[in-house]
Amino acid sequence: MCVVCGCGSPVAPQGVEAQVDARTGDLHFGAGAARATVPGLSAERTVRIEQDVLGANDRVARQNRAHFRSHGVRALNLVSSPGSGKTTLLCATIRALQRSHPQVPLAVIEGDQQTTHDAERIRATGASAIQVNTGKGCHLDAPMVAQAFARLPLHGRAHDHHGHEHEHEHEHEHEHEHEHEHEHEHEHASPSLLFIENVGNLVCPALWDLGEEAKVVILSVTEGEDKPLKYPDMFAAAQLMVLAKTDLLPHLQFDVQRCEAYARRVNPGIRILRLSATTGEGMDAWLQWLLARE
Amino acid sequence: MHELSLAGNILALVEGAAVREAFTRVLQIRLEVGRFAAVEVPALRFALESLAPGTVLEGAEVVIDEPPGSAVCPGCGRGVEIVARGDPCPCCGAYGLMPRSGDALRVVDLQVV
Repeated sequence: MCVVCGCGSPVAPQGVEAQVDARTGDLHFGAGAARATVPGLSAERTVRIEQDVLGANDRVARQNRAHFRSHGVRALNLVSSPGSGKTTLLCATIRALQRSHPQVPLAVIEGDQQTTHDAERIRATGASAIQVNTGKGCHLDAPMVAQAFARLPLHGRAHDHHGHEHEHEHEHEHEHEHEHEHEHEHEHASPSLLFIENVGNLVCPALWDLGEEAKVVILSVTEGEDKPLKYPDMFAAAQLMVLAKTDLLPHLQFDVQRCEAYARRVNPGIRILRLSATTGEGMDAWLQWLLARE
Repeated sequence: MHELSLAGNILALVEGAAVREAFTRVLQIRLEVGRFAAVEVPALRFALESLAPGTVLEGAEVVIDEPPGSAVCPGCGRGVEIVARGDPCPCCGAYGLMPRSGDALRVVDLQVV
């Protein structure tokens, strides 16, 4: 008798196969690898997935990118090994911008595993900063940046500028597209700068798109000149390499030409700036690059 | 170091598929990790095995395809296969090759029950 409805049909429900005991004729459903059967589904099958492992991050990164663009924010993802002088460079950059371009709004998202030291250093310059502590995480990801950006005055400023209602802010945080924002793109009086200082790590942050306009890799001359070859993924992902702490060159055996050639070997299109936050050498070219619109 | 995060992403992706496609266990998971995906394959495998117990991936065989990377040489214009970023062109020795493929990092398919 049919076990499903009692209709007397000898046929088992289609698609569900039972193991048959050869001696007694007993039927064992749920004897497959799953130890369970679902009517209507065959036991073993292939499910095509074809999805990027980083797809969820990349979707949020695209939202961030659209969000930044609609607010006239140029977001830069600063990456380097620990101790290259990212925060020192940022503090010097902020002070220089405050002098030469006080009308340019700027903000910083500081990524570290722990402590709020770097955000405090940035705030001491008068610029706004949000510290993102990743705990054990070795990189920032797009959702972290989305949350941090929502808390920055840079974000609120754009809304004030447009005279949007507050409720509107909540709305677009969860939306996939920002079509309502795009209309206002041309209205921005001056572009603003968002520096995202990633966790000091020359490996992992290369993979995570945060929605930035460009990655800037900072390499200090106290590190090896062959770092571009040792950590090629990061140098390949960056648009600009800042060779930092150049004031120390007289004390070091660091071949600048060789370092730059190595960087171009893994990324022929990379731009390179030599800079010292201490003496100000190269600062003008850096500011020019920062303020240039695409 | 980031392979554990990636393994977490993979698990989330598979768990999403389990709800959508109504399966309870994965017998085999097939991944594609390109040469330039910046992923250490043994570390990813280890991370997946560490996360699997108690999930749909418990006991699943992890198959990882590693397609080679290709690039077009700016020197001789040939399409060539390269092993590492920064390698010279195997034909003419020129540097500055940018990979055109080999950076994929995706879940291809699952054998499920």
